[in-house]
Amino acid sequence: MFSNILIYFVVIPIVMLGLLAICKNIKQIRTVAVVGSSALIGLSVYLLVGYLQQRAAGIDSPMLYVDSWEWFAPLHIHLAVGVDGVSVAMLMLSSIIVFAGSFASWKIDQPKAFFLWLILLSTGVFGFFISIDLFTMFMFYEVALIPMYLLIGLWGTGRKEYSAMKLTLMLMGGSAFLMLGLIGIYYHSAPEGGELTWNILDIVRNDSIAHGWQSFLFPMTFVGFGVLGAMFPFHTWSPDGHACAPTAVSMLHAGVLMKLGGYGCFRVAIYCMPWAANELAWIFLILTGISVVYGAFSACVQTDLKYINAYSSVSHCGMVLFAILMLNTTAMTGAVLQMLSHGLMTALFFALIGMIYGRTHTRDIRQMGGLMRIMPFLGVCYVIAGMASLGLPGLSGFVSEMTIFVGSFEHTDTFHRVFTILACSSIVITAVYILRVVGKLLFGAVQDKHHLQLTDATWWERLSTVTLIVCVAAIGCFPNFFAELIKFTFSPDIFAAIGLQ
Amino acid sequence: MEYSQFLAMKQEIGLLVLFLVVFIYDIFMPRSAAKALPWVTAGLMTLVTVAGFFPCLLGTAGAVSVFDGMYVNSPILAAIKNILNIGVVIVLIQSVKWANNELMAMRRGEFYELLLVTLFGMYLMISARHFLVFIIGLESASLPLAAMVALDKNRYESHEAAVKYILTAVFSSAVFMMGLSFVYGLSGSLYFGKICEALAGPQCALMIVSLAFVIAGIGFKLSLVPFHLWTADVYQGAPTSVTSYLSVISKGAAAFAFMVILAQAFGCLYEDVWEWMLYAIIILTITVGNLFAIRQRNMKRFLAFSSISQAGYIMLGVIAANVMGTTAMMYYILVYIFSNLAAFGVAGAVENQCGKISIDDYRGMSRSNPRLAFCMMLAMFSLAGIPPFAGFFSKFFIFTAAINQDSIAIYVLVLIALINTIISLFYYLLVVKSMYITPGEPVVGRFKSSAGERIGLIITVAGILLLGVVSPVYNWLENIASSSEFLSLFAR
Repeated sequence: MFSNILIYFVVIPIVMLGLLAICKNIKQIRTVAVVGSSALIGLSVYLLVGYLQQRAAGIDSPMLYVDSWEWFAPLHIHLAVGVDGVSVAMLMLSSIIVFAGSFASWKIDQPKAFFLWLILLSTGVFGFFISIDLFTMFMFYEVALIPMYLLIGLWGTGRKEYSAMKLTLMLMGGSAFLMLGLIGIYYHSAPEGGELTWNILDIVRNDSIAHGWQSFLFPMTFVGFGVLGAMFPFHTWSPDGHACAPTAVSMLHAGVLMKLGGYGCFRVAIYCMPWAANELAWIFLILTGISVVYGAFSACVQTDLKYINAYSSVSHCGMVLFAILMLNTTAMTGAVLQMLSHGLMTALFFALIGMIYGRTHTRDIRQMGGLMRIMPFLGVCYVIAGMASLGLPGLSGFVSEMTIFVGSFEHTDTFHRVFTILACSSIVITAVYILRVVGKLLFGAVQDKHHLQLTDATWWERLSTVTLIVCVAAIGCFPNFFAELIKFTFSPDIFAAIGLQ
Repeated sequence: MEYSQFLAMKQEIGLLVLFLVVFIYDIFMPRSAAKALPWVTAGLMTLVTVAGFFPCLLGTAGAVSVFDGMYVNSPILAAIKNILNIGVVIVLIQSVKWANNELMAMRRGEFYELLLVTLFGMYLMISARHFLVFIIGLESASLPLAAMVALDKNRYESHEAAVKYILTAVFSSAVFMMGLSFVYGLSGSLYFGKICEALAGPQCALMIVSLAFVIAGIGFKLSLVPFHLWTADVYQGAPTSVTSYLSVISKGAAAFAFMVILAQAFGCLYEDVWEWMLYAIIILTITVGNLFAIRQRNMKRFLAFSSISQAGYIMLGVIAANVMGTTAMMYYILVYIFSNLAAFGVAGAVENQCGKISIDDYRGMSRSNPRLAFCMMLAMFSLAGIPPFAGFFSKFFIFTAAINQDSIAIYVLVLIALINTIISLFYYLLVVKSMYITPGEPVVGRFKSSAGERIGLIITVAGILLLGVVSPVYNWLENIASSSEFLSLFAR
């Protein structure tokens, strides 16, 4: 079991949990968090290199590092792992954000409990991305959700009790539909006279879910994951939750957890039920199209920095689902790039907002101004994040959005084109709210003279932000590398194999 | 007469011996040694539990029926009795401190004797294959419980609860026997097997009516909605140790016995009749239990409504009516025993210490008593079905078992149950919130819980953490259930 390197993505966090539980002081806690998350980055780089080597060697099975260990034999539940390019990219993203998040919460209250919950959350995230067994996947999915309640409720700000409860209940509500969908898939997974299975690869190979059942199970699964992907009208947990969460939690949640939604929609809903995906995509295209535009418009009228960013996340994550539903190679590649790009950039935003809030004690843009002169490092970083968000070439946002819209426009029918144009308009709106905030926050007159005494970023804050900026720029400058990495998953052969186009 | 057939009843006999030992100890031991009684009982009960795991004559041979087929024992029945035994051991350990307080000095023995008698009754309910034996079991499992509920002599609520309990118990028995008299009239026998044969013909209205009476009679015992009205008051009024016994052991035994009756005596009425009766009852039970739990501020009333809705989930395993459903149900009962006893363990420890029982009094407990708060949180998460705790696995499996037929109606049922888990998550989180998040000075000061309470909590928390992730437990139950004879009557 321990010869497969994927399992270490779960083992390392569990070891970290054990070590954190016996930590005595803040230094030990920080050491465990930093060493552990560095180890995770190291592991994901190692995995990336290994994955690319195997692909270069010409191995063309849909997933690599596949392994399966029996768990609940009577129910055919296995602990099955395996990765393709998308999962590798997601694992990279998660480990980077956990790393940056650890530094962003350097001075948190009750560090021991905080890091315990945070690492439990990331155990769920990593476990989710390596699983290819629906049961284990779902289990890790829920493991990642529940720590949010305590993380927001205990360390949050503002209306934290309300937001924590709302977020938890809405996400769990989504997972209720999801659970029904998954059990339904399980019961239709066997070919005539064959064995039932939870394994995604087998389900895809068997392709035995009747069309009638697909059109019932697909919406269940898609909505289940879509709630976490902040799909309209199930996005309302997102602004409140993000606004009230502590910095590192907002980073992880917007950066990684919301990607679980997009990834799950693709990996489970579309991958297992391609027929229904093709038939029913239009319903969800309308909903996600609304998310994209509505999120952007909402961000324009907010005055709280975190709310602005949370609504912008709704818009950007809506874009991910929107692109996935286009069901073609280019758009789906764009969707994965958007997941990476949004994950990093949003984490960067939330980290910066947390740092600014920690100094000024307000997040209301009307009460701040001229921060560029007072804290130039944070100011510059904020501008970079903003530019990435509105899609400046050279940064990640441009690459992903460009790919998505080119891919979407490949559809020649009016319906898809109209929605593509509508979604494109969100770029302009994004520019409006980003530039408005940057102008007001960084370049206006100083609103409060107490702000003049504030200091610039400390070393751990710099480390956290620089890590993220480097990654954002890397995607922007070398998009081909990432496109190559995930290309195999979305190659036309695979689409044909799963019955699309 | 073949005396060796008594060996098939080894678990019952073990229990009777234990009962006699406790009885004699209670009467003849000097005052100074009386305080050891709780530990002696718990220790001996552990022995009985361990002994129950040894197959001894039962082997893998399958069912052994004795007394002209009125009583049956088989591996699966032995297994459910063992599960109940484990729960009883935990209850006994947790109740040591309460049983040794001054008010209980005169009645300490009674608590243990009555408890063992009711457990004996539950064994009979599970093993009965003739309604006469079943009723003996049902009565001896119900009536002594009323006395146990009234043990708290100085509290008015305790008396009220006892009266409520005994009246509903007697009333439900009357309803049950009314149904049985119809059944007897239809089939001319009280043997489960013969009833099933006689009912296999064309259906008539009387069959449905009699089945409804039988379901109603046991529904009282299981506190299924609409037969649940006694539950909250009795749970609140009874001493906490008795409440925990009532909510897990009594409920688990009744649920299993219920399934046995439905499968064995009324198996042929599954598809047209009781599947749909159960369908309606499950939806009502889960929904009403959950909705009423939201408003409760008293911890025991809260757990009462939560356990009503949990009984609804247990019934999902019955409606599945196959091996997977039976396994999932037994597993659910096992996990439920551990989770609920963890919750009652904390509630009992706090109540014994300072008499606080309101959820609001748990405010700030994460700061004053972090370990107790942590145990309570795990219990709440497990009851709500959050991974990686055992409750998640049992919920998932029972839902999976329920959807084993391609019918949209069943999907709808499970969807309603799933939406209800979200409602239940809300109120379970309210407890967590009260302990961890709500600001303010802790109401309950720092205190050291007694040895019994600690051991009980350690066992239950270990169960919550391990029962799910460690798959052999489930696989063992599945193995027993699939080799069992008694579900063949479903013929599915």
